[in-house]
Amino acid sequence: MLAFIVSRLLQSLAVMLAVSFLCFVLFNYVGDPVNNMVGQEAGPAERAEMRHELGLEDSIGVQFLRFLGNAVTGNFGKSYRLARPVSDLIVERMPATLELVFVAALLALAMGIPLGVLTALRRNTIDSGAVMTFSLAGVAMPTFVIGILLIYVFSVECISWAPAIGLPADWCFPSFGRGETVKVGAWSTGLLTSSGLKAIVLPAFTLSLFQMTLVLRLVRSQMLEVLRTDYIKFARARGLTDRAVHFRHALKNTLLPVITVIGIQVGGLIAFSIITETVFQWPGMGQLFIQSVQFADIPVMAAYLVMVSFIFVAINFFVDLLYAAIDPRLRIDRARVGTAGG
Amino acid sequence: MLVARIAALTAAMLSLVSAVEAKTLRWASQGDALTLDPHAQNEGPTTAMNQHVYDPLIQRDPSLKKVPNLALSWKPLAPDTWEFKLRPDVKFSDGTPFTADDVVFSYNRALAPTSDFRAYISSVKEVKAIDPLTVHIITNGPNPILPDYTTSILIMSKAWSEKHNVTKPQSFKDKEETYAVRNAMGTGPYAVKQRDPDVRTVMTKNPIYWGAKEFPDYPDELVYTPIKEPATRVAALISGQVDFVLDAPLQDIARIKQTQGLKTEETAQVRSIFLGLDMGSAELKYSDVKGKNPFADKRVRQAMYQAIDINAIKAKVMRNFSSPAGLITSPGVHGHTAALDQRPKFDVASAKKLMADAGYPNGFSVTLDCPNDRYNNDEQICQAVTGMLAQIGIKVDLQARSKTLHFPKLQKKDSSFFLLGWGVPTLDSHYVFTFLYQTNDAAKKVGGWNYTGYSNDKLDALSDAMLKEVDQAKRDKMIADAWALAVADMPYLPLHHQLIVWAMSDKVTMPIFANDSPNFKYSKMK
Repeated sequence: MLAFIVSRLLQSLAVMLAVSFLCFVLFNYVGDPVNNMVGQEAGPAERAEMRHELGLEDSIGVQFLRFLGNAVTGNFGKSYRLARPVSDLIVERMPATLELVFVAALLALAMGIPLGVLTALRRNTIDSGAVMTFSLAGVAMPTFVIGILLIYVFSVECISWAPAIGLPADWCFPSFGRGETVKVGAWSTGLLTSSGLKAIVLPAFTLSLFQMTLVLRLVRSQMLEVLRTDYIKFARARGLTDRAVHFRHALKNTLLPVITVIGIQVGGLIAFSIITETVFQWPGMGQLFIQSVQFADIPVMAAYLVMVSFIFVAINFFVDLLYAAIDPRLRIDRARVGTAGG
Repeated sequence: MLVARIAALTAAMLSLVSAVEAKTLRWASQGDALTLDPHAQNEGPTTAMNQHVYDPLIQRDPSLKKVPNLALSWKPLAPDTWEFKLRPDVKFSDGTPFTADDVVFSYNRALAPTSDFRAYISSVKEVKAIDPLTVHIITNGPNPILPDYTTSILIMSKAWSEKHNVTKPQSFKDKEETYAVRNAMGTGPYAVKQRDPDVRTVMTKNPIYWGAKEFPDYPDELVYTPIKEPATRVAALISGQVDFVLDAPLQDIARIKQTQGLKTEETAQVRSIFLGLDMGSAELKYSDVKGKNPFADKRVRQAMYQAIDINAIKAKVMRNFSSPAGLITSPGVHGHTAALDQRPKFDVASAKKLMADAGYPNGFSVTLDCPNDRYNNDEQICQAVTGMLAQIGIKVDLQARSKTLHFPKLQKKDSSFFLLGWGVPTLDSHYVFTFLYQTNDAAKKVGGWNYTGYSNDKLDALSDAMLKEVDQAKRDKMIADAWALAVADMPYLPLHHQLIVWAMSDKVTMPIFANDSPNFKYSKMK
């Protein structure tokens, strides 16, 4: 087992190195940050001086090695755009993204599972047909469009329709930002204030829609499969109630793959919250990244991409370990390959 | 007992009254200020934010006229010396008095190597405090437009800067963030209450502002939120979550105007959009014409100019938010005249004839470099131009890129044909000549943005002379002569002057500034 863990760790490290090196090669194509850092009056000499100061004249290899050397000591440099240490920026923005992802994942489960069960149990009815059509829209519509649509209905047009159906005028949702936040230690949270809770509804729903439909469809197909198995037939023959059959026996057995998928998807939620964050001006890491790309703010881009790749690699690493723990065959085979390779 | 009760009651009522009266203006724009350090970033949004906390010696009013701010008056003492008389009894918002020492300190800070405002005051040799309310600025040779440049230099407190170790503008060498990046303290109308870059900035009225009498009703609090996504920004305005949007997208202006409770202010911006042609190279780098340069022939440039239907671009691309230009500088800039700002008639037939006369009856191909995130609808303008030039046989290969790639490409002189926009912070024509028309000469620090290879000795001489000419009438003649040369030689094809639109709730009264830099001390809230 130890050999397996070590070999997986080494592989993960290699993946991260490769990812960060690829990032550096790509940075060559985002353009020149110096142009954004000096006014239009700055002459060629001043620009060259700045470029020299930032070490941008060096080859990609040298820049990459310098980045690695600093990153090992936890120093990701200073943002070209905001003149603040990159690690401070990321730490400041992380709570916003993680809260958004957490609420979105929760929503995806809380709505996806019951709807999946419903559509599996009530096949060929109008309501499950409606749910399935809606879920198709959820998969097909781009996040961007969903976000703008929600803003249009629930914060712009809402001012006229909410009072008309008897809701208070301030019922409408904010179209941007996080609302009021409070500090719990170093963590700024919007989940403890009413305006913060209200502000998270639309972006979290937007972000969760894709995962929600994924969970829905997964639960539905698993449920249909399980309902055909012998032990469900025996359970029915034993005279158990529908409720007990469906929820105690069938649903339980469908959840395992769902949990696995959601686990892996959380990494994706963090990485892909970029669009949702942009649409709702959610002050998270995705927003920070987009602004950095437009400015060619290389230190922030590098740190962000390394962090996201770290999250992916870490999740995959743990999933692998779990699988290995569950399935002994995997453990032996991989370990053999791993030691032979090493 | 009774007295105490009455006092408590009065206090409660007073606080109630002030709570009712406290007016907050919430505003949004695409991008936040990069820093609160007033000398670190010469960038529009940064200056727009910082001018609420820091004051310059001379300020631009909504009509962009120079009006006294920290300097009450200014005059030249000798050709190379300007005297500024400072406003008495001004205090910084921390209560310390403002004196000539703060001016000397701030100008030296703005001249430091890490300052991004060096170029504005590069002619300054020395700044001297004569007495607490008099400052002399001595320049290397005469500088008649020094007062125009002082509008960009904001004044900091010497004591505050020394206390917080920010006597130099932020640099990228120091590893840590400097105190002035997120903190600011000046003599201006507002003081910073909360600064959360990219998220939220709150400013409250400076209780000891010197201009409280002159500006009695500006809002008590400003809350700024950057909203990057244009649709979200407009949604926030329409749903009443913000009161003022600096940069509503042009396609949404009609919708905003129709919405009850909203209004817009429009004006011509001091920014002109034009095409530049590499007329100086022996052969174009990106063209199928080999061995010679078609742009070196004035007839070709003239033909291209006449083939552009600027009114179509105005109506279809700019949704009427532009004014067609015959000059690459805008109304409001000293030296601009309506007579000069005339285009030749749009005339494809004579353009074709000019092309044939120049020896290109079948046209040629060329690459047009265009930014896609810098000016209003920049890429669409280039697309329209591409179609129009095809009519006279010029096959344009359009390359639209982000500004982070477009400008470096120009700076490497790696473009045959490009789109550029130019604003004039000094509001004087010399700024245009020195950057865009003078022969590119790194040693002399002129022609820094002249990527056309254009070089005219007469114009160079005029530009150098107008920098130092103190006689206003003589200087105006020089400017007019230089413009006549520039228009005749045609290294640039003017397109239009941008219009800016500010959208706001009708509770807000706010004069629009043609430099697109809102100063909320001029605003009022109902």
